[in-house]
Amino acid sequence: MTVRQKDKKLSARPDKTNKIDNRNQGMPFDLAFINTLNINRSAVERRAATIGTRRTVKKEHQAAWLLKAITFIDLTTLAGDDTPGKVRRLCQKAKHPVRKDILAALDATELNITTGAVCVYHNMINTAVAALKGCNIPVAAVSTGFPAGQSLQSIKLAEIKASVADGAKEIDIVISREKVLIGDWQSIYDEVKAFRNACGEAHIKTILATGELSTLTNVAKASWVCMMAGADFIKTSTGKEPVNATLPVSLVMVRAIREYYQLTNIKIGYKPAGGIQTAKQAIEYMILMKEELGVEWLDPHLFRFGASSLLGDIERQLEHYVTGSYSANHRHAIS
Amino acid sequence: MTIKEIFTTMEYGKAPESSAVAQQWLADQQHTFNHYINGQWQAPKSKQYFESTNPANLEKIAKVADGETDDVNQAAIAAKAAQQQWFAIGGHARAKYLYALARQIQKHARLFSVLESLDNGKPIRESRDIDIPLVARHFYHHAGWAQVMETEFSNFEPLGVVGQIIPWNFPLLMLAWKVAPALAMGNTVILKPAEFTCATAVLFAQICDEIQLPKGVFNLILGDAKAGQAIVEHQDIAKIAFTGSTDVGRLIRKTTAGTGKKLSLELGGKSAFIVFDDADIDSVVEGIVDAIWFNQGQVCCAGSRLLVQESISEKLISKLKARMDKLIVGNSLDKCIDMGAVVDQSQLETIKSMIEVGLAEGAILYQSKNNIPQDGCFYPPTLLTGVEPASTVAQQEIFGPVLVAMTFRTHSEAVQIANNSRYGLAASIWSENINLALDVAPKVKAGVVWINCTNMFDAAAGFGGYRESGFGREGGKEGLYEYIQESWYKQLSVEKPKELSAKNKADINANTVKNISIEFKIDRTAKLYIGGKQTRPDNGYSLPVFDHIGVHIAEVPDGSRKDIRNAVEAANKASAWTATSAHNRAQVLYFIAENLEARASEFAKRICQLTGQTKAQANVEIDLAISRIFSSAAWADKFDGQIHSPPQRVVTLAMKEAVGNIAIVAPEEAGFLGMISTIMPAIAMGNRVIFVPSSQSALLATDFYQILNTSDLPGGVINIITGDRDVLTDTLAKHYDIDGFWYWGTAEGSKQVEFESAATMKRTWVNDGKNYDWFSSEQIDSGIFLRKAVEIKNIWVPYGA
Repeated sequence: MTVRQKDKKLSARPDKTNKIDNRNQGMPFDLAFINTLNINRSAVERRAATIGTRRTVKKEHQAAWLLKAITFIDLTTLAGDDTPGKVRRLCQKAKHPVRKDILAALDATELNITTGAVCVYHNMINTAVAALKGCNIPVAAVSTGFPAGQSLQSIKLAEIKASVADGAKEIDIVISREKVLIGDWQSIYDEVKAFRNACGEAHIKTILATGELSTLTNVAKASWVCMMAGADFIKTSTGKEPVNATLPVSLVMVRAIREYYQLTNIKIGYKPAGGIQTAKQAIEYMILMKEELGVEWLDPHLFRFGASSLLGDIERQLEHYVTGSYSANHRHAIS
Repeated sequence: MTIKEIFTTMEYGKAPESSAVAQQWLADQQHTFNHYINGQWQAPKSKQYFESTNPANLEKIAKVADGETDDVNQAAIAAKAAQQQWFAIGGHARAKYLYALARQIQKHARLFSVLESLDNGKPIRESRDIDIPLVARHFYHHAGWAQVMETEFSNFEPLGVVGQIIPWNFPLLMLAWKVAPALAMGNTVILKPAEFTCATAVLFAQICDEIQLPKGVFNLILGDAKAGQAIVEHQDIAKIAFTGSTDVGRLIRKTTAGTGKKLSLELGGKSAFIVFDDADIDSVVEGIVDAIWFNQGQVCCAGSRLLVQESISEKLISKLKARMDKLIVGNSLDKCIDMGAVVDQSQLETIKSMIEVGLAEGAILYQSKNNIPQDGCFYPPTLLTGVEPASTVAQQEIFGPVLVAMTFRTHSEAVQIANNSRYGLAASIWSENINLALDVAPKVKAGVVWINCTNMFDAAAGFGGYRESGFGREGGKEGLYEYIQESWYKQLSVEKPKELSAKNKADINANTVKNISIEFKIDRTAKLYIGGKQTRPDNGYSLPVFDHIGVHIAEVPDGSRKDIRNAVEAANKASAWTATSAHNRAQVLYFIAENLEARASEFAKRICQLTGQTKAQANVEIDLAISRIFSSAAWADKFDGQIHSPPQRVVTLAMKEAVGNIAIVAPEEAGFLGMISTIMPAIAMGNRVIFVPSSQSALLATDFYQILNTSDLPGGVINIITGDRDVLTDTLAKHYDIDGFWYWGTAEGSKQVEFESAATMKRTWVNDGKNYDWFSSEQIDSGIFLRKAVEIKNIWVPYGA
């Protein structure tokens, strides 16, 4: 990432002395800094291609990593035909993501593995909150005219407030992609800052919809604008774009997070979403986080997968580890 | 560790690649590697073997045949016997063999990879993902060249038997780079791998056997320097291709001097990795990892000199250190490592001693905080800051995982520091500004330039060095010329042209001069032509010039060492000629032709006077000379480079660049035409020339500068030094600032030129005492002069928004 004018421009440090969880308070918008960012796609792709070839995990390490991966999953249903019954099923799976006998065989029962969160549309928050009562799994709601974000700002803010009022602890907002494409970074900063305020105590994940941003340089710039505006997480995609999370895009975003941390001492979370369907992919993303950011980012507070089918593959791999036989879908509960 | 513990620590753990199949293969060989000669496995004649070990754990791999002259002789007989038929079977048949080799390498890819990592210590990731795929690709690509040889190289033929000596850092890849083009072009091969890394070469020979490659086409000789020397000295071997150290390369150049052997050398480097302030710095950091911590830094083109724009140096170094702390060093077969063991104990000691020198000279050491294994030959990723161009570690190749960092202020200073080296193998340039990157790339003296990438290789792109990094290219069309020669070359005669020596002429003159009436004219003084000025010789002496019957008709300066020195300095100052457009150079050449034609009768008269030719003959020579000037002018902007197509998303620009300062010692037998035929293509391609005319035509050369003076040729582009050819040849060959040397003269002179040029690895082109036919269009207009006048630089430009 290019920072031509050094970091002097980013002099305004957030005041974090009175914040209980060291949340990101953002910083003043700095267009001059944004304009210095420049990403070399080919170089990024080359590095991304070796993430999964320079590191790997085998045997018990693989099993442990896959259990950890489950704790990163925002188990998600975002469909027009979602019903309370479907959402209750999802929540039950979030609480019991792996068959008990498998956990016992792994001697991992006491790890109390659950998914990181359950992620639904606003209308399903009530159902999810009720279904998850008594456990610590937060409910995340997609918001702000998800997935396209082409609605009134006032309606977006109202949607956030309603979701928070219904008990959502995490709000996944979408940024206005058209403003990225016309280079109106100030507007994006302003809208995200307003979203952040509307979220109150709920954490805000900002979805960049990277598949619609055209260049990796735009991905880097959007990441920075969102972090400056106070994002707790930056997230790749809605899952509805033609191209969703990829390792090169993720590399650009986590490098922005690293730089932001070096500058502010604030850790921003990362959530790749869409297209992560296999255990192998999940491990590659985890390796990416560990290599580029450090092992402290391998924590549900700082890393999530937006995924619906990933869990099934992880369950099959865990059973294979336990039994030595390749597993089958129907041996694991659906969500 | 339990799963619960790992769940907390999130460590990677070990991920060993199984070596069972490779170990079984070694056991099948009874842990013994023998020569493969004429399709037979053969124990060394000496019955001697030495031990080869795995550098990661020092376990024995095999005992290796200790080859020597007798073994090489036998291989040479086999290779020679097989060669004609191997060429005669045709390109398509050879293509099928090369294709089969590529297929077989792919089918046994994992065995090759594991064996390579066991034998050499390199990470399995690299042998699996980089070395072996590149090897297969090399054979595929060259299968294609074999297929199209008859049409693409219709006027060429193979050299014959080729001797190839390769290093230990990329054992199988270097084998492929050598063997594939040689076989494709119809040569047969005697290959000697490095003494401690021959396992994959043995497996390759087995594959040759399995696909029933005709006997004697590929011969494998194992052993150390003795076997290498026997190959280099063998009289039936037409060409030596060597990759290795500059010192050994220099020795080979000296040994082969005057033998007529073709030679290509791919030697050491101290390649610059240049980072401008607008680069994508995080990507730069990964680039550095690929540049210097690839293959433990044991890479001839490793980006070992980091040059950072001062304004971003602090930031880059801090990011780099953080990255270094993440690098894992370990057993080569662990799939979870970044760096393996260096090749052996002596290499490890060399690296350590170089670090000590660096520290003693004030460098500051930073090494990865990760632990390295205590057993085996391991050395951590290392960064030396506080290094300046004057530091030993900034000048000498370390050949280990050691990066030295320096800063620069401006892009011109970056180029200056990058070029402040005897080497010139590769360079890497990082900037998001395409204008800047493409401005710097041609200015860097290196055969390979990677823009925003590093250590990218492909069979379609030429690889090779400038300066003391060697000469010749491997890969691409440019690499094939190392394994073929013009079909007319073997027909050149070695008979000495009839010519009177100066002494004889003087004797004749003494007897006859009084009898000839001389028209008394104003005395003319021929001078040297240096930097566009007519100059008296430094020593103040002159040499007599005789006409064809031996009459003393004039004097030319007796040029000497200091005149050569001045000429080279003048040539250096004429660098604008190299930078100017080919169109502009062509215009000057056309103007020279125009002015020569205007004075054609005067030159014809002089030719008659000096050679005794008839006027008609002289006119033919002048006309042909004018035509050749036109040809050179014509080619100036048409002898284009190429754009290669490697499989990556990249354009590779194979640019033809001027060699630089070329010394030309003219052919004795074809005075004026020889002068024009040699000088013009050289300057058309942007070179500056220091020209030594033949004694017979010295006056023509000094007449000629008057034409140069009136043709807008910038001073210093052509410098003419008359005098004793042998003395001047010696001075030129020993001059460190001459890049190329074209010599037509005696076999002894040819040998001298090649021998003395070894000091700085000049690109030499000598006639070995053979006579070119300067009137032959087939020979002189074949394009050979243009090819010799350029070096090919491959510039890799990846793209993607």
